[in-house]
Amino acid sequence: MKTVFVTVGTTSFDELIENVTSSEAAQALKSRGYERLVLQVGRGSVLPDPESCPHIRLEAFRFKASIAEDMKQADLVISHAGAGSCLEALSAGKPLLVVVNDKLMDNHQLELARQLHMDSHLLYCTCSNLMETLRTMDLSVLQPFLPGQPKIFANFLDKALGVL
Amino acid sequence: MAFFIGAVAAVLLICLLFIIRLYIVVKTGSNHKPGSKGPVAALVVAGSGGHTTEILRLMESLSAAYTPRHYVIADTDRMSEEKICTFESSKQHSDSESQFTIIRIPRSREVHQSWSSSVLSTLSALCYSLPLVFRLRPDMVLCNGPGTCVPLCVAGLLLGILGMKKVLIVYVESICRVETLSLTGKILYLISDYFFVQWSSLRDKYPKSIFLGRIV
Repeated sequence: MKTVFVTVGTTSFDELIENVTSSEAAQALKSRGYERLVLQVGRGSVLPDPESCPHIRLEAFRFKASIAEDMKQADLVISHAGAGSCLEALSAGKPLLVVVNDKLMDNHQLELARQLHMDSHLLYCTCSNLMETLRTMDLSVLQPFLPGQPKIFANFLDKALGVL
Repeated sequence: MAFFIGAVAAVLLICLLFIIRLYIVVKTGSNHKPGSKGPVAALVVAGSGGHTTEILRLMESLSAAYTPRHYVIADTDRMSEEKICTFESSKQHSDSESQFTIIRIPRSREVHQSWSSSVLSTLSALCYSLPLVFRLRPDMVLCNGPGTCVPLCVAGLLLGILGMKKVLIVYVESICRVETLSLTGKILYLISDYFFVQWSSLRDKYPKSIFLGRIV
């Protein structure tokens, strides 16, 4: 069953949760072949009832010790712009749509999402154009995300510190 | 009167010596090779959340030559201790000499804390950091951004200025920082011996930094 996993990390992002569970969004996802929608709502005030969405199979929870399994099962990840969430989705090799919360004041987190978008690793939108994005997005343009290389750091440090 | 002039002259002389020592310590970091004399004792600063995740990714790649490893976490941080213990127990140790400790100190500054109270809490953190670093005498301090690392790095610097031990300051800016440095980064850019950034736009803005691409 093709699955969409929505994550807001440790934040609250009610606008995204409400938008993505609307009938318009559910229909857009359904028309793309997605049949299951899993929501991780964090500290949000909205925790949708599985019965509340007739068009698509819905599951929702606040937090888990690890969302690695949810990431693994997803065919599409829709995430807030948090670095941890983005990197986790990309490291799992999943197509990623980042929804920017333009109500947040301090948005230095956007730097990373913006750069990853420029490098074609993720798609990008706000809540106001989420519907349009879900209808028209082309996931095939996304480039694979290669993991970071801590060994390069280790080799450099060993040489610099004279480690034999 | 003469005593007063003498005292002022003595204070000025001490300040001048301090500044000269500071300059020497900061400039000669790259000549110092603790690894050639044996294991490299590391003081590793674990900040909350993503900071700890990133620092453990870096630690994963370091060989058993980096021992003992002293992890310092903020007293209000609940999750880092567990992550560190899980990480350390998963490392394969071929020799029993490899060891680690976990130490808690007061947090320098909470997120969104006001600047005026930050000065006080940073000074309080310094009172913990100085005796700690003086006792541990690490060869290097490895950190990546939380405010907690500033007093620890300053303590390390002081150890060098007083001629007691050269403590290398190794700073790795978070992968989240693409266009701008964190506040901690801006402060430590001036005194670190090795300052890593993970995006080329920062390397262009901060010429003293080292760019090796994404390393976490």
